[in-house]
Amino acid sequence: MIKVEHLTKYYGDFLAVNDLSFEIAEGHVYGFLGPNGAGKTTTMNIMTGCLSATSGHVQIGGFDIFEDPDHAKRLIGYLPEQPPLYMNETPLEYLRFVGEAKGLKGAELNQQIDKVIEQVKIQNVKGKRISALSKGYKQRVGIAQALLGNPKVIILDEPTVGLDPIQIIEIRDLIKQLGQEHTVIFSSHILSEVQAICEKILIIAHGELVAFGQPDKLESQLLSANEIFFTTDAPENDVRDALSTVEHITDLTIETKESGILSAHIKTDAKDIHSVSKEVFFAFAKRKQALLELTLKRATLEDIFLELTETEASAKKKEGGNQA
Amino acid sequence: MIAVLKHELRNYFHSFTAYVFGAFLLAIVGIGAMLYNLQAAVGNFEYVLSFGTIVFVIIVPILTMRVIAEERKQKTDQLLYSLPISTVQVILGKYLALLVIYLIPLAIISIYPLIFAQYGDVYLPTSYGSLVAIFIMGAALVALGVFISSLTDNQGLAAGIGIAAILFNYYSVSLSEYVSSTSFGSILALIVLALILGAIVRYLTRNEFLAYGVSFVLIAIISVALYLEPTVFEGLLPDIMRQLSLFDRFNTFVSGVFDLTAIFYYVSVIIFFLFLSVQSLEKRRYN
Repeated sequence: MIKVEHLTKYYGDFLAVNDLSFEIAEGHVYGFLGPNGAGKTTTMNIMTGCLSATSGHVQIGGFDIFEDPDHAKRLIGYLPEQPPLYMNETPLEYLRFVGEAKGLKGAELNQQIDKVIEQVKIQNVKGKRISALSKGYKQRVGIAQALLGNPKVIILDEPTVGLDPIQIIEIRDLIKQLGQEHTVIFSSHILSEVQAICEKILIIAHGELVAFGQPDKLESQLLSANEIFFTTDAPENDVRDALSTVEHITDLTIETKESGILSAHIKTDAKDIHSVSKEVFFAFAKRKQALLELTLKRATLEDIFLELTETEASAKKKEGGNQA
Repeated sequence: MIAVLKHELRNYFHSFTAYVFGAFLLAIVGIGAMLYNLQAAVGNFEYVLSFGTIVFVIIVPILTMRVIAEERKQKTDQLLYSLPISTVQVILGKYLALLVIYLIPLAIISIYPLIFAQYGDVYLPTSYGSLVAIFIMGAALVALGVFISSLTDNQGLAAGIGIAAILFNYYSVSLSEYVSSTSFGSILALIVLALILGAIVRYLTRNEFLAYGVSFVLIAIISVALYLEPTVFEGLLPDIMRQLSLFDRFNTFVSGVFDLTAIFYYVSVIIFFLFLSVQSLEKRRYN
């Protein structure tokens, strides 16, 4: 559905998007994740034809956004970071203008307006001035505008920023619902949000794609070094001895607390973390030394996010960027 | 384009702009008609129009100041960029809406000569010729206003620059008598103009080579002309100022000549500034 190839964007000397390539299939909700200033908005603006690229191509449903903008734009509904609303109009007037600009006419226009108003639940404010609406409602009017013309792709730039918790939940539900009929791409810098509603995640940092996949697969794939914590009252030398028989330990840190209890932190590269925890248990059992506590810690998306956005982007630059 | 046109028109009638514009134009023409046609009992309606042109200095910038500047400020220009309509359609839609707003008071004014004709001798061809000319001249000023509005996101600034630009144009003939008519003064002014043009090109295209190229070629042409025919530059600057004046050309119509070269000039000005407005809007896409 969407094909981004070697997209690069410079603002003067500042490199905002660096040789970004990815492909998005039809259907599903895609989360576009990255810290502030990572290039999310720039990428979305280019994908929707609001901004030109320094180099690279974007194809929407086979149409090039730069060469055939008319066809490509008809396939996209876009809600920019700040909803582009005319404050002195009512949602009805506003939607009528956008619908007409998208080429809708007569009965079809009225029917579509009614439909999107119902979809985003703004029936009771449709006759009020937009300037008088709350932020949540303004955001909905913005989404309604994107939905007009029934585009295949809906692109939403940080749609939940600045809303209160209830409004955030409502917008998230709406996005999930939209994902049943459209391909939805939405950006966020909040991880839990993306985890909650997206089927696939793109993580971007410093203008480069650092990860792309399903949330649970990203978790299992990207941080294979899973971690084990345990506490014991055995002396430190015994602990090191016991663990020396255990394979697949990549990192070990031991801290001694005042009460003579040690807490240890193991990192492992084994695929099956339980086999390691079992070996750890038996290693201590054989020596008749007790483990007071044993916990496994799987990498969360949060860890992936932090690790990828902070280290990988800079590391990748040195390697030449071949593992995205 | 039709969608933009309808949207703009609705916007103007929602706000005061269209009414203020119409009221001002009707008021000044009304005062003029009272002074010339009623009190002085002159049968020439075109004198009233000539008297009224000064009001364009104020009302055109008021009408055009928000047309693009406001879109930028409210960030609604992003919507226009993402909709399946081209920037040419956006500019044309907005411009046509402005012309409609401008035509409404003119349509009312166009009844006046007919009314006066009931009570005396009015030479209607000159009256209506001047009305057509004042419409096209105003349309050219509106195109200039659209371009100025596309340069900034500050309405007040757009209005200020617009008033200054139109005022300068209004008085350029009177001023031309005071500027240097020596060839040295003309050459200096032309070189400054070439540099200003280069700066505009640079601002619009962000292409330094093109900008320097434009300035260089123009200055080269001036130098070649100076070498071949130094006498061309005598009195050239005041001449250019007279030629550029939109208002001065209107007086030809008032004196009873329907001047097609003036119409051609007005239309060229319209196309020139609408083209620049499209470029200015496109430029936003590049940074």
